[in-house]
Amino acid sequence: MLKTFRLGGVHPAENKLSANKKIEQMELPSQVSIPLGQHIGAPATALVKKGDTVKVGTLIAQATGFVSANIHSSVSGTVAKIDNVPDASGNNRPSIIIDVQGDEWEETIDRSETIEKEIKLDSKQIIDKIKECGIVGLGGATFPTHVKLMPPPAFKAEVIVINGVECEPYLTSDHELMLEKAEQIMIGVQILMKAVNVNKAVIGIENNKKDAIELMSNVAASYEGITVQPLKVKYPQGGEKQLIDAVISRQVASGALPISTGAVVQNVGTAYAVYEAVQKNKPLFERVVTVTGKSVKNPINVLARVGTPMNMLIEKAGGLPEDTGKVISGGPMMGKAMPNTNSVVVKGCSGILVIKDLEARRKEMSDCIRCAKCLSACPMGLNPTYLMRVSELAMYDEAESNHIMDCIECGSCSFTCPSNRTLLDYIRLGKGKVGAIIRARAAANAPKK
Amino acid sequence: MNNKLNVSLSPHVHSGNTVSGAMYGVLIALIPALCISFWVFGLGAVIVTLTSVVSCIFFEYLIQTIILKKKVTITDGSAALTGVLLAFNLPSNLPIWIIIIGALVAIAVAKLSFGGLGNNIFNPALVGRVFLLISFPVQMTSWPKPGQLTAYTDAVTAATPLAEMKFGLDHSFQIQDLLLGMTGGSLGEVSAIALLLGFSFMLYKKIITWHIPVSIFVAVVVMSFVTGLNPIEQLLAGGLMLGAIFMATDYVTSPMTTRGMVIYGVAIGCLTIIIRKFGVYPEGMSFAILIMNAFTPLINTFVKPKRFGEVVKNG
Amino acid sequence: MNLILIALITLGVIGAIGAVILYFVAQKFYVYEDPRIEQVEQVLPQANCGGCGYPGCKGFADACVKADSLEGLFCPVGGAVVMGKVASILGKEVVESEPKVAVVRCNGTCAARPKTSSYDGAKSCAIASNTFAGETGCSFGCLGFGDCEVSCSFDAIHINEETGLPVVDEEKCTACGSCVKACPKFIIELRAKGKNNRRVFVSCVNKDKGAAAKKACSNACIGCGKCAKECPFDAITIENNLAYIDYNKCKLCRKCVDVCPTGAIHAINFPPRKPKPAETPSENTVVAGSEKKVSNESTAIKDAQSKVSSEQSAENSSN
Repeated sequence: MLKTFRLGGVHPAENKLSANKKIEQMELPSQVSIPLGQHIGAPATALVKKGDTVKVGTLIAQATGFVSANIHSSVSGTVAKIDNVPDASGNNRPSIIIDVQGDEWEETIDRSETIEKEIKLDSKQIIDKIKECGIVGLGGATFPTHVKLMPPPAFKAEVIVINGVECEPYLTSDHELMLEKAEQIMIGVQILMKAVNVNKAVIGIENNKKDAIELMSNVAASYEGITVQPLKVKYPQGGEKQLIDAVISRQVASGALPISTGAVVQNVGTAYAVYEAVQKNKPLFERVVTVTGKSVKNPINVLARVGTPMNMLIEKAGGLPEDTGKVISGGPMMGKAMPNTNSVVVKGCSGILVIKDLEARRKEMSDCIRCAKCLSACPMGLNPTYLMRVSELAMYDEAESNHIMDCIECGSCSFTCPSNRTLLDYIRLGKGKVGAIIRARAAANAPKK
Repeated sequence: MNNKLNVSLSPHVHSGNTVSGAMYGVLIALIPALCISFWVFGLGAVIVTLTSVVSCIFFEYLIQTIILKKKVTITDGSAALTGVLLAFNLPSNLPIWIIIIGALVAIAVAKLSFGGLGNNIFNPALVGRVFLLISFPVQMTSWPKPGQLTAYTDAVTAATPLAEMKFGLDHSFQIQDLLLGMTGGSLGEVSAIALLLGFSFMLYKKIITWHIPVSIFVAVVVMSFVTGLNPIEQLLAGGLMLGAIFMATDYVTSPMTTRGMVIYGVAIGCLTIIIRKFGVYPEGMSFAILIMNAFTPLINTFVKPKRFGEVVKNG
Repeated sequence: MNLILIALITLGVIGAIGAVILYFVAQKFYVYEDPRIEQVEQVLPQANCGGCGYPGCKGFADACVKADSLEGLFCPVGGAVVMGKVASILGKEVVESEPKVAVVRCNGTCAARPKTSSYDGAKSCAIASNTFAGETGCSFGCLGFGDCEVSCSFDAIHINEETGLPVVDEEKCTACGSCVKACPKFIIELRAKGKNNRRVFVSCVNKDKGAAAKKACSNACIGCGKCAKECPFDAITIENNLAYIDYNKCKLCRKCVDVCPTGAIHAINFPPRKPKPAETPSENTVVAGSEKKVSNESTAIKDAQSKVSSEQSAENSSN
């Protein structure tokens, strides 16, 4: 029996169309637009102004506050303007727009192919380096990595859990990265271990990536403290709490931080970025993106600079098919559908998924038949159909007491519902409202203390 | 590109589960029992089943088009399922007009007056059955002897195994008769093996979980010991198998959490034996299920699912 | 006969015992409540809309009784009339407040604002606005899924099928503000009803730069500032590429309406304009000369209208 998380879960069709496609280098666009808010937390503050010349890797925006991240230029050229540009959901966000001229990198970046094994920096220096290089969680949540590596003093990290699960259907960027950069990822994991001062790390990989499991296990053999844990294929195994449960059999209590179990979870992509930042002094300005879909001519994995228009990536994969109904940034379970393809690649963009028109449409919703499929699918042990009803009726007290805030928005409930009910739509709404109520309550209580 | 892109919240894919898929799955699971009933009761079984299914679908169509003016849902298979389950709870010599009344009560009163599939409190087929049992006690409790293949209302009747046990009549049956279905009784309740076959099919297809039927079986066995009845006979005789596997597990009227399902199942098992032992009727399954249907909302309110990180201690 | 007697006696005794128990229980669990709360509650409209900011009419009555002055307490449904009654019950002073009405500040009709994508989720503005900026190029405008319609307890706001925008029924609107809260795009505003129900307002909340706004919606406010320059009363401010008219300063002259290049400024409940705006100055001097007949007529209409509305307000106050 392979390990997996204990509660709920579903198994969507995997559709890993771009598996084993080598990572290709994306051509440089003529202009990039780099959003200032590419991470969870406060958007960064721009450091450049119109007309400034930048190189690849130049710091162009600085982290604002603790939970925030630096942003570096992904190209060399001149800053054309700093303006509001619609993001993937169509809302205007401040971005730095740079006209590309050549491809000149900052001299401090080590561009050689040699693998640097020796870790010269100590824990504090590593975390500073990661912060400086603007590394964020590349699994999709884009939580600033340096914050995660500095747990509150009450907690002590015991183990690093590396997420090589890639449980989202279609996406293959992490899989391909593991196949091509196994050595570098291992060094990245070692750096992370040194940063939080632990001597144990487990890399969780789902069993549908047997080649990656084999390769990573072989490479890990020569790194002390790192093991590879094959996992049963089940969605949402890549969820932080689910992964901790699956790999080290500990469950994060409701409302607690994952670090309370002693585990620090990082994505393989993040581990690779950490390697590049610490060993090669290379800030995070490019990432591997999967461009895929059943109707896409040539599904690919590409290494694209942040700020590259998604149109270009889709063109490289054979262009947008005529019958496209939906373009998603990310995977089909948790990704964001985009109103157009004009937005750009950001740090958290793991894939671009094109879905055919008929497949993209939701089916008509009917009454709940109380089959309880959503309850058995929910990895957090919630009652999605009830939460949907109370959210719809704005009974937010009831939603809160039924732990709506525990929802990780994985979408297993909506996925499995035979009545095609829009469970997660309403649960998200309720979660937003309850979150606001909780924050308001905290704010009201704060001065009294 | 001219066509507009669709935007909606994730997830963007669906499992393909459908309501009708589940309903037809249950219908397929009922096929073995249906075949056995045709084999045992012959023509009568065919007439009763056909009448029941056709009138259930017809009433649903009629009420939804003429009175409710809503979307007609006869294609989702739930009306057909109610029809088959109702027929399974009727004796094979029941006159057609009584069956039609039963179907009308099941569909109109028990299902559509509550708002249709998903909103009914009680299992429609059981409501129809109990209504008939109370209204036409004579017709509803005269069970034809098995093996009269061409007889219908003129069939020779005999007592059911449960009645024999209850009223101290001579045992005219063996355990293997109960398993295969060579006894008197309602259409679908006679063969335990056929019903268990359907149960395994539904488990395999993940239409239902094991919790409700198994907890009913366990409760029945335990309660039989306590009250001094023969557990095996209690388990196999009467509508217990049919009720536990197909009626108590009805999505709409059973609890949603696994803990709730176990409570519900145990309560049904205990109530069944109590009614069989101390009640007026020899069979208590239908009543036990209907009573627990009424408690389902309460169970749903008080029994919460086991949450992530709730019980498991770290370490 | 005997049987009836026994039955009567038994029932009588049970009744008597019950009465005694109830009496003592009522004594024991009696909670003192200021009788004025109930009196106030009775004059309130009992719509329990929450427009006053309290949980229902009972909560509002409670707040009125407890408060030192009625300042800041206002029942938007009952208006000044009801507040007057409340004040007289409590012996407090009425704090005057202008009657208001909900105003939808978006005129991005289907025709003016072409769709660039289509939404396929639950039909709710709140959820749609969680999902994305909207089906059109304008990320500020009305989503059109009718959360305001659902939130209204008075059937006073409806989505117009043709334009896709909500329309407020002024007769029914009580300015309770529930649609204002329901709208995730903050489009609806409570504005003073204005003299004779006439209002001038900017029907747009787009904060994009002019070119982008114009591209997304031909009726958008592009923040050009012509209206602000034109306004003789300094009632218009431009902020974030968007004009806003302060209804306290606006004198309903409608000069801004004339200069607005996109038609984003709306004037409602005004009588139809005379064909030539050039004649405007002479309107008030009037009467002499046969060529002024047209303006005479329009003044007559105005007069008639103001008469009607003054009658209405008289009716209101007498209620």
